[in-house]
Amino acid sequence: MNRLKTSGYHLAMGLVSFLWVAPILWVIVISFRSFDDVAANGLGSLPHSFTFSTYKSAWEDADEFRALINSLLVTIPAVILSLGLASVAAYGLARYNIPFRRTVLLLMLMGNLLPPQILLIPISRFVELIGYYDTLIALIAVHVGFGLGFYTFVLHGFMRDLPREIQEAATIDGAGPGKIYASVILPLTRPALAALGALSFTWIFNDLLWSITVIRSGEKMPVTPALLGLQGLFVSSWNVIAAGTVIAAVPTVAVFLKFQKHFVGGLAIGAVK
Amino acid sequence: MFVFVPFAVEAVWVFWPALQGFWLALTSWDGLSAPRFVGFGNFSDMVSDPIFRTALKNTAIWLVLFGGLSVVGGFGMALLLQRERRGVGIYRAALFTPVVFSLVVTALIWRVFYQPDGLVDTILRTIGLGDLIRPWLADPDTALYAVIVPALWRQIGYVMVLYLAGLKAVDPALYEAARVDGASAWQRTRYVTIPQLKGVNSVVLSVIVIDSLRSFDIVWSMTKGGPYHSSELLSTYMYSTAFQSTQLGYASALAVVIFVLALAVILGYLIRAFREET
Repeated sequence: MNRLKTSGYHLAMGLVSFLWVAPILWVIVISFRSFDDVAANGLGSLPHSFTFSTYKSAWEDADEFRALINSLLVTIPAVILSLGLASVAAYGLARYNIPFRRTVLLLMLMGNLLPPQILLIPISRFVELIGYYDTLIALIAVHVGFGLGFYTFVLHGFMRDLPREIQEAATIDGAGPGKIYASVILPLTRPALAALGALSFTWIFNDLLWSITVIRSGEKMPVTPALLGLQGLFVSSWNVIAAGTVIAAVPTVAVFLKFQKHFVGGLAIGAVK
Repeated sequence: MFVFVPFAVEAVWVFWPALQGFWLALTSWDGLSAPRFVGFGNFSDMVSDPIFRTALKNTAIWLVLFGGLSVVGGFGMALLLQRERRGVGIYRAALFTPVVFSLVVTALIWRVFYQPDGLVDTILRTIGLGDLIRPWLADPDTALYAVIVPALWRQIGYVMVLYLAGLKAVDPALYEAARVDGASAWQRTRYVTIPQLKGVNSVVLSVIVIDSLRSFDIVWSMTKGGPYHSSELLSTYMYSTAFQSTQLGYASALAVVIFVLALAVILGYLIRAFREET
């Protein structure tokens, strides 16, 4: 009876899991099919061909290579800057008796909870005004500004729980606030930073809304919005679009696999607190 | 000083634009001439705007179907996959994989599916339901639901992870005690697990409502709100009003509506955060 239940469980869960990844596998299969094959047999049929030319089209003709570079040029500095600024703010708020610290913290968190729609028009105008419209720098700045509140809040919770004695010991040894931050607090916060780093990488890399608001020209688009342009470029060449989709998904999947534990841990940070 | 610089950055990029957004909602502005103050005119225009009403209705449907089903599905999967046993890691990974993808990637994966003669149509034809076939994303009757499915596909794994973390934090001794008292598996879930998950529930609820109201990417990548606004959400309507028909004042007012709808949840979240700090 128990064995029957166990195999029933695995059968059901195996089926669910298969259904869940099936769309991904199917798109990967299509991305290797030739155009003639798709045209003759339809998208719903099993493959009758195997080709890499789809990837070549997406990579070169659609210039996904450049789009990927743009994405990394935005994502990496944005992650480093926002975590750097957030950790400094969290350090100040968590370890020193700053007046109105709780108000400041909640105000910063509230900024992150705002629906981005309310910021779209003013931000696009502001960026134009200071002459940074259609630049990657503007996109980085938007991501840093909008993400800061949440990262500060999480890091603050983490730093607050570090024992007071460490800081006191360092103060007695003559270390100033800057030195304590860099050589005592920051190393201890590494797990939280890794979790937030993995999360924010995917968030920023996957962003569509800010990119299409701040950036106009095609050659500056990061890969996520560029993927939408691919649809216009290769109308109904779904095998090329599938290849482009696979390419755009690879970096976040890679980050996820590399930081799997941190990643899931990071998502859970909010839930358990 | 430590706090001031980051705070100033956020002030410039978030607080100041937000205030401007509220101000613009009270104006009529085409982006060229100066904004003209119209008071609450934009909001009274909404009442007689049929597209606004469709978008509002669709946002409500989105909240109920996307929000509700992802909580039910995510919680159910977390219950099924909470015990560490062979194979569970693989199942969890399978359900979680889509969360890593961007919504644009998700949208394209599913667009391939919904294409005429794509896999959906082929399967329906194979099982003899060929009559049901239609241009899923181009039919006003089905477009919204055809977009909700992929959104759910991605969200369920996310909610599952939140609940798995919550379930892990429940004291196992409670289950043991309930078991000794003769509680069935269902009773243990109902009277031990669910009350213990109160904290997680409120987080999930906030995340879901805020996510639903923000949902933009998936709809924009699949239908742009069409056909004939049938899959329009407030967020997509706001974007197209702002950047395609450049009615910047009216679009700002739409953004304020989204904000007001999210306000209760935002406040709840902040109050919770505030309590933790004390």
